[in-house]
Amino acid sequence: MYSFEPNEEQKMLIETVGKYAINDLRPVAREAEEGKSLPPKLVAKGWELGVLQASIPEAYGGFGDRSAVTGALAGEELAFGNLAGALAVETPNLFALPILLCGSEEQKQEYLPKIVEGNWAPYTSALIEFAFDFDPNALKTTATLKGEEYVITGEKAYVPFAKNAEAMIVYAALDGVTQGFIVPKAAPGLTVENEAEKMMGLNALPTFRVRLDGVKVPLANRLGGASGHDFERILASMRVANAAAALGVSRAAFEYARDYAKEREAFGVKIAQKQAIAFMLAEMGTEIEAMRLLTWEAAWKLDAGKDDAFIEAYLASMGAADMAMMVTDRAVQILGGHGYIREHPVEMWMREGRGFAMFTGFAMV
Amino acid sequence: MTIEFETPKPIAQTQLVLKTVAEEMMRSKSRYFDEHEHEIPWDYMEFMHTAMKAMGAGSLAPKKEKGNGHDGGEQKEKRPSIAYQSLASQIEMLAWGDVGFYLITPGGGLGAAAVAAAGNDAQKEKYLARFSGEKPTLAAMCMTEAGAGSDTSSIRTRAMLDEKTNEWILNGEKIFVTAGDKSFTEYEKLGKGFLVVWASIDPSAGRAGMRSFVVEAGTPGVKIAKLEHKLGIRASDTASISLVDARVPFDAILGSPTVEKTTTGFKGAMATFDATRPLVAASGLGVARAALEFLKEKLAENGVQIRYGLPRQKLSNIEREVIDCEIMLKSAWLLTLKAVWMADNKKSNALESSMSKVKAGDVGTKITQKAVEILGPLGYNREFLLEKWFRDAKITDIYEGTGQINRLVVARQILGYSGAELR
Repeated sequence: MYSFEPNEEQKMLIETVGKYAINDLRPVAREAEEGKSLPPKLVAKGWELGVLQASIPEAYGGFGDRSAVTGALAGEELAFGNLAGALAVETPNLFALPILLCGSEEQKQEYLPKIVEGNWAPYTSALIEFAFDFDPNALKTTATLKGEEYVITGEKAYVPFAKNAEAMIVYAALDGVTQGFIVPKAAPGLTVENEAEKMMGLNALPTFRVRLDGVKVPLANRLGGASGHDFERILASMRVANAAAALGVSRAAFEYARDYAKEREAFGVKIAQKQAIAFMLAEMGTEIEAMRLLTWEAAWKLDAGKDDAFIEAYLASMGAADMAMMVTDRAVQILGGHGYIREHPVEMWMREGRGFAMFTGFAMV
Repeated sequence: MTIEFETPKPIAQTQLVLKTVAEEMMRSKSRYFDEHEHEIPWDYMEFMHTAMKAMGAGSLAPKKEKGNGHDGGEQKEKRPSIAYQSLASQIEMLAWGDVGFYLITPGGGLGAAAVAAAGNDAQKEKYLARFSGEKPTLAAMCMTEAGAGSDTSSIRTRAMLDEKTNEWILNGEKIFVTAGDKSFTEYEKLGKGFLVVWASIDPSAGRAGMRSFVVEAGTPGVKIAKLEHKLGIRASDTASISLVDARVPFDAILGSPTVEKTTTGFKGAMATFDATRPLVAASGLGVARAALEFLKEKLAENGVQIRYGLPRQKLSNIEREVIDCEIMLKSAWLLTLKAVWMADNKKSNALESSMSKVKAGDVGTKITQKAVEILGPLGYNREFLLEKWFRDAKITDIYEGTGQINRLVVARQILGYSGAELR
């Protein structure tokens, strides 16, 4: 069957998460961006909504089953409030969900209950590398099997909350194939830069360079155990999350520009009454909806285990990134000079909008 | 409700059959009828009529209620209809074959859709039953006039009630009537079709006076004045139709015969378009898919594979173009599917149906243009159908409301503006 309406449970989730996004995340967005940090209480409150907890089965301390569709719905809502806040709340997903999807039984039992039953804690993952042609399937960080250990060497960038991370999954090329490795806090050879990355946008989210200088982890720390795992599954889920976040930011920018256009007057009418503006808004609204449906379909295909799910996730992420750039740029354009001033949020969304071309790895559903 | 994208089995099965039809009955004749405009592909029409009758597909005619418990069987839980979703899928596949042929597929087209959307039960029975008759039968919608394109409220065709005979007298000139000739002219091989003619019953009332009338094939006073020569979709006739004191019975009016101070008549027309715009979108996307598949096929023949999953920075330009086309096509199809799903579930879809049409118009033209561009000398050659699809696709952005008029509809919905607030 085709069906385009969230189920009752998802509707409730959207409502709860949406309230948090509007009442908690949005009001502090500008201050957090300028001050380059998020209030810990804000993140804690977001964590207590239980989005991740609801994706983990009871056997591992959670209270539900993971659904990429539900994750995408929640991800859009959170990002609608504020992207940095959304990604901060979702950072433990980067550690917990790969373990849930691909981890060995021991890994699930060791980490999942600890994470979902506790307070928000910086569990994270390191995927991105600082190279223009960064490719998650052709990593420059390598893992080499030496005796009873894997030795990991390389440099990672943009690792959320790496500074105080309890543990992180580091992705590295093992014989040319990307694999995740659980690297515990303070592993010898692991260095996290003191200063956070300085980015064009998303400044409230602390991300760090991480250096791995012959970091040794036991065989059991390879994600999925000795036989490893299919990284494509994790990557696809990251892509869907990226697309969902792009939808949230785009919708925020679209609605703001729409409301502004209905207030602002020029030549005796509201500027929204001019086709030049109205048509821009029509296209923005149409593209957001188009990419939302593509994202939903990709998520649904992941959940249903369809053959083309990974390709569809790739298309959704790419399409949503382009859409986000277009929509956020136009939102600034509609506000004109005011859009360029930091009193309005649209310039911030535009800076974030460009980021979705490289944010894959910042979130997971 | 839930979020789900599993193609329903009946739709998937029909698609398989239609794909064969598209390849065997349409593609093989596409070039001939493109180059012999105004000739009629009878084989296709007769085949489709027989096939669709057998399958019970493609028609909006009301279905007879099946046994409801009296036959001893347990009453089944009522599932939401998938009629529009099926229709959109079928149209997409037929247009993938040849959109010109699709437009003359028997079954009533826009004319029947208008009756289905605005007619009463008796009218639906009277006018729609014929499509499952002996011969292929068509019906057409006559809206556009020389001075009224997207601005349908300035239509000048008039309908006056002759109180003596209780007949409506229609006068006016209609243009761009898709399948107008086959719906009106009484060909021996066709069943009796009809036109749905939009006219005003009270010019002083503006939109409130707008009504549609069913005009049976062969009605005296009605004449096919001209058949257009077009850029594409040449297998489909586009007629100019003149009405001079054409008389139709009183009950040929769809909707109320009296004018109140509301615009329900006009809204009836617009409601028809809410239902049909996603179907037109589907047809445009069928052409786009044909072009994109052909492009990928030719690239593969020449050793160019699309490496999905690579970051943009590592893709070749051709790969980026193809991937962008796929994103456009898939997302446009989902918009279309959502719009028809809403129609099936009785949800108001004015916004979504116009969105789907805006997007499909864009996507249909862009993808076909891109494919011709990328294939260079191959793309431009009439040895292949690609150049024809490029010409065919353009109509998607024009008929059933141009991309611009649909943007206006979308914008009004998004902004909560009336026609007066956003002109």
